[in-house]
Amino acid sequence: MTRVKNLDDLRKMRDQLQSKTNLRDKSEKPEDMVQIKVAMATCCIASGSRDTMNFFVDELEKRNIEAIVTQTGCMGYCYAEPTVEVTVPEKEPIIFGNVDTPKADEIIEKYIKGGEMVDGIIPVNYQKID
Amino acid sequence: MAYKMHLLVCGGTGCQASESAALVENLKKELEEQQLDSFAQVVMTGCFGFCEKGPIVKIIPDNTFYTQVSPENAGVIVSEHVAKGRRVDYLLYKNPEDNTPIAESKNMNFYKKQIRIALRNCGIINPENIEEYIARDGYLALGKVFQELGAENTIQVLKDAGLRGRGGAGFPTAIKWELTRKNEADQKYVVCNADEGDPGAFMDRSILEGDPHAVIEAMAINGYCVGATKGLIYIRAEYPLAIQRLKIALNQARNYGLLGNDILGSGFDFDIELRYGAGAFVCGEETALIHSMEGFRGEPTLKPPYPAQSGYLNKPTNVNNVETLANVPVIINKGPEWFNQIGTEKSKGTKVFALAGKVNNVGLIEVPMGITLREVIFEIGGGIKNNKKFKAVQTGGPSGGCLTEKDLDISIDYENLIAAGSMMGSGGMIVMDEDDCMVDVAKYFLDFTVEESCGKCAPCRIGNKRLYELLDKITKGKGTKQDLEILQNLGGVIKDTSLCGLGQSSPNPVLSTMRNFEDEYHAHVHDHKCPSGVCKSLMTYEIIPDNCVGCTACVRVCPVGAITGNKKEVHLISAELCIKCGACMERCKFDAITVN
Repeated sequence: MTRVKNLDDLRKMRDQLQSKTNLRDKSEKPEDMVQIKVAMATCCIASGSRDTMNFFVDELEKRNIEAIVTQTGCMGYCYAEPTVEVTVPEKEPIIFGNVDTPKADEIIEKYIKGGEMVDGIIPVNYQKID
Repeated sequence: MAYKMHLLVCGGTGCQASESAALVENLKKELEEQQLDSFAQVVMTGCFGFCEKGPIVKIIPDNTFYTQVSPENAGVIVSEHVAKGRRVDYLLYKNPEDNTPIAESKNMNFYKKQIRIALRNCGIINPENIEEYIARDGYLALGKVFQELGAENTIQVLKDAGLRGRGGAGFPTAIKWELTRKNEADQKYVVCNADEGDPGAFMDRSILEGDPHAVIEAMAINGYCVGATKGLIYIRAEYPLAIQRLKIALNQARNYGLLGNDILGSGFDFDIELRYGAGAFVCGEETALIHSMEGFRGEPTLKPPYPAQSGYLNKPTNVNNVETLANVPVIINKGPEWFNQIGTEKSKGTKVFALAGKVNNVGLIEVPMGITLREVIFEIGGGIKNNKKFKAVQTGGPSGGCLTEKDLDISIDYENLIAAGSMMGSGGMIVMDEDDCMVDVAKYFLDFTVEESCGKCAPCRIGNKRLYELLDKITKGKGTKQDLEILQNLGGVIKDTSLCGLGQSSPNPVLSTMRNFEDEYHAHVHDHKCPSGVCKSLMTYEIIPDNCVGCTACVRVCPVGAITGNKKEVHLISAELCIKCGACMERCKFDAITVN
């Protein structure tokens, strides 16, 4: 059992533990950070969307990007699975198709970090209602 | 690697009674079977407050709020929501206005106006895991007090914040701490008052069940500031879950070196013991509480001497309520200015209320001081059940008073409630509708105080009993005009002459209902009628001859044989034999029976 010796110790401990629970705080105000929705219907899972989602979650944390990754049902673009919707704060959501892990890496590095467009954008052909 | 999804399941007493523990097990099993146990995590948390629709499951990060989830629903939640990201619509909360499902709690009226400070971790962390508390800045305030603030500055911070006691009277917390600090002694004590006795109030229990470390941390801060090395939590033995979680939390804190000797290298030693109460209302009064802890009868004694001078074992003792303590660590972490801007001029911060009675959303809410009763009852509470008309709201439990339609727009704080003839109390809030008889309500509260009076002083012991008898007489239709005068006088005398807060406030429900609903008392006394149809002795069941077809259904259902009449003849109810059970009225298909 770790005994906490002083305030610095406690702070270090908190910083290490935070990653286990901060998802609960982040989910309260998703609009302040990069939101990624990974489609996770049967066809998407079959095309590897769970690997894509895991990659996003783990890599965004490693690269210190405040983001929240959620899953959603079928987006309808079954020909281009896995599909993900990326919303950078104050920008319109963009949907990318065929997102495997290399593509996900490119989206993080180029679009999320640099604001550059990358190939694979699917034009949105529907409206969402809240 | 961290989990990508968290399934928060309420583990409060209410939800556990609805099998939330089995739900947690089933969810874990399903995750394992569907090989998602490294992806999602099931966390048992404290109370979400929305007890009306428990058990609650909240799914992070998409914030989906499922209500009334049974253990059998675990499969569909995992296979649909966790695996495929599809919300299970039929488990979502339905907006009572138009029956549309609401997926996220922040869009529910129940949560929109709440600010959660004392309940900040309830429903978010696992109360049985100290690491989740530390991850959310737990024990940081304690470290700050040791290293940065020191005792006097900490008390100053609480003073600047304007924190007042949440247990009833609203005494400034910092002044209480300062008084105990100034009294020199070889041993001092800090006590946490978890003897929650108001009928219907359960905020202290929920805090202890949902976030026990917040109270432990605050007590250590309290001990350091007043110079006490021992803390005691006086808790009702009828709160087994809270006791269990406290014990786990205390052991964890000791193992992490956050209780015990030389905490965080400060040289300060502090530990906490639990003391169980037998559930007497009067033991919420601090002197009675101290006597009970000492092993004597739970009876109050005159103040002074105040506990700050001579309390537990005749040593200086600082008693604080659970909710008050739960506010302390946040105030230190976020600063007094942050706390100060919430609330009204004299009442800062938030207050937790246990909203109960005839409202649509029953539960535990934390709202900023200054919110109006109307907002609490009609927005957060979702209005009166079954579209009935609002009649009154009792705040402050049996010590408070009832407020009516005209008081709905006063903003809730300590002073305003007292000015309106009620009080904050510990935060019970019971809403009544047109079907409630106010004389009967007053009688109910008096019955409670008569039961709970310790019997030490005559005004409370004898006076309340006499008040109860008078009310009983009135509800039986035997009251006289003089009785009303006696009620009024006696109530005043009990208030003026009782020894402790219990007697000093026990006539409040009677006096406030007499003031606000004079006509109802008159109807009982002069017309021998109960306008709400509650007082059985004043009711008579009668048959409307025009409607009665003589089917004999009522004759057969009457348990005492009070109805006579042959087939196809108009029946008759004997007023003498009738016990007013209402069975005949329920059975009659022709609306031929009325109550007067």
